[in-house]
Amino acid sequence: MTAFLKPRRPIDLKREPINGYKGIPLGDGSQLLNLRMAICQALYEEMKRDPTIFVMGEEVAQYNGAYKVTKDLLKKFGEQRVIDTPITEGGFTGLAVGAAMTGLRPVIEYMSWNFSFVAFDQIVSNASKMCYMTGGMFPIPLVMRGPNGAGPRVSSQHSHAVEALYSHFPGLTVVSPSTPYDAKGLMKTALRGHNPVCFLENEMIYGLEQEIPVEEYLIPFGKGDIKRVGGDCTVVAVSRSVHWALEAAEQLAREGIECEVVDPRTVKPLDIELIAASVRKTHRCVVVEECYRTGGIGAEVAAQLMELCFDELDAPVGRVTTTENPMPYAANLEHETLPKPHRIVQAVKLACYR
Amino acid sequence: MTDRPAPPAIDAAAVRQEMGRERALRLLRQMLLVRRFEERAGQAYEAKKIAGFLHLYIGQEAVATGWLDHLTPGRDFAVTSYRCHAQALLLGLPARELMAELFGKVSGNVRGKGGSMHFFSKEKGLLGGHGIVGGQIPVGTGGAFTAKYLGTGGVSLSFFGDGATPQGTFHESLNMANLWKLPAIYIIENNQYGMGTACHRSNAVQDLAQLKAPGYGMPSFTFDGLDLYASWKTAQQAIAVARAGQPVLVEAKTYRYRGHSVSDAGLYRTKEEVDRYKALDPIERVRADLLACGWLDQAASDAMEDEVMQEVRDAVAFSEESPEPPMSELTRHVYAEV
Repeated sequence: MTAFLKPRRPIDLKREPINGYKGIPLGDGSQLLNLRMAICQALYEEMKRDPTIFVMGEEVAQYNGAYKVTKDLLKKFGEQRVIDTPITEGGFTGLAVGAAMTGLRPVIEYMSWNFSFVAFDQIVSNASKMCYMTGGMFPIPLVMRGPNGAGPRVSSQHSHAVEALYSHFPGLTVVSPSTPYDAKGLMKTALRGHNPVCFLENEMIYGLEQEIPVEEYLIPFGKGDIKRVGGDCTVVAVSRSVHWALEAAEQLAREGIECEVVDPRTVKPLDIELIAASVRKTHRCVVVEECYRTGGIGAEVAAQLMELCFDELDAPVGRVTTTENPMPYAANLEHETLPKPHRIVQAVKLACYR
Repeated sequence: MTDRPAPPAIDAAAVRQEMGRERALRLLRQMLLVRRFEERAGQAYEAKKIAGFLHLYIGQEAVATGWLDHLTPGRDFAVTSYRCHAQALLLGLPARELMAELFGKVSGNVRGKGGSMHFFSKEKGLLGGHGIVGGQIPVGTGGAFTAKYLGTGGVSLSFFGDGATPQGTFHESLNMANLWKLPAIYIIENNQYGMGTACHRSNAVQDLAQLKAPGYGMPSFTFDGLDLYASWKTAQQAIAVARAGQPVLVEAKTYRYRGHSVSDAGLYRTKEEVDRYKALDPIERVRADLLACGWLDQAASDAMEDEVMQEVRDAVAFSEESPEPPMSELTRHVYAEV
């Protein structure tokens, strides 16, 4: 999709698996894999290391995962540790909280984060608050993961992006990776932590390929990454939006505007220092996200930038978000609802007074 | 007004014999401690030493007392609703730290961060103390999942009221538990009112365990929750079934004398109804029985009362003297300190 993600050779679908936990070794200390494999590999490595980790969710075992993120884990670890559940999100989320309180490290999959709303009470009233309301007695080492954001033409009830929503609650960590490299390193950190993590993947970039190290690495929470260097305007984005931002940046570069694309990788904790450092250089900022505008990531970033570097801003912080309507089915309406590159280009030009 | 259907009769003398004198006296003392602790907490609430919610268990003591006696702390787990003082005391948490929690002090059970609805203990396997009706049922199920996963032989007891059985979490938990044969026990403490709504106005059937358990292919038990002997004996039988890997659903037919919480004026029931149940008081019944059978005499009974009152007074004094949490506690423990 973009230069830094282009592998030296494409995966041959006929000969090589495009899912499961085994990357395709390239013989120089790196391996080729896509984003779903990167997550699967992180799960595999950590499950091998720690027998208290188990994976639970709808279709995660025999079906190999609705999006094949848990492929072959059942074969490898057996049905005690890779568990198909009934369609009972509230039930298995609560069960996972109880398991986390009693010595296990659950990983639960929401087939889509849209379905997490059925478990909202367990996530908010139990998982997020347990450590605090027990005076630190019961930390909750729990990873909740699954695809987040709009799928292709699946309309209103299957297209939510929940980064901003779950970031609202103290106690939760919200991770939203954009590349296989980031996804693997962040997942490993999530699996070794002691807090509930909302690990938000995106179905539309599960197939994104990248060469990543074979050697183990972890990426800490709260540490962002510059995905493109530029001096004219800072563009903040996570997950799929990073790729839209990069696409817009290519277009804008042809018109003489160089964007710096900053990917905070975790929305909570948010690497505002990295964003602010970029803004001190560009003096302009546009935030791109799949969440809604009201109370979104952009609202938060704009407020924090105002607090940190008000005098550095030469233009109001721009926000390119999902428009404030439930996702429509019609292709043209869906296209305009999402923060696609053409809207980002427009917002950056506005911020640059062009 | 509600009529309690007659639960199965038990042979009280035989159960008392099986319990033995020492245990019977200990359980009586535990019930008394729960009662006096809560009466004192109610007074402290009126004196504005305690604020927020205060849900008292008074009248229901025989239920938790009979059940928790069969648990092995460290191996077994228990979880309950916001009406959690009894479970914490019965599992052996010091009255001091529980009262201090009610007083909002840093010496409290959860450092003054939870209050009346949130008592916990890692050591004793108490998973709360939960404020959302039915929210604790899958958490208790998780305890049973861990026991099975680690092969500890433990069981997990989930207590909840008749007001929680209409919640989705109840049905989801029972389904998962029997699907996966978890060592889980679900105890409906049917005190006949979910807040001010009578059970027959919230549940489509009245014999809750007996009629709901078959929907999940689970065995059920029903007992007179005002009778310690029935509670203890039913617990013994049901826990054995669960330990063998068959989850069970249990209903205690019980009653609370006080309101849903202290702010409840009780306009949904008559004084006569409450008095009728007070005449069946679970503590007085056991005490009378132990006096009658000669395991207890009046002097020992009075001494027990004094001892319990002393423990409660000491808890109050400790709470009064304890400091409030320092401001450094405000943002501490939002995330784990590991």
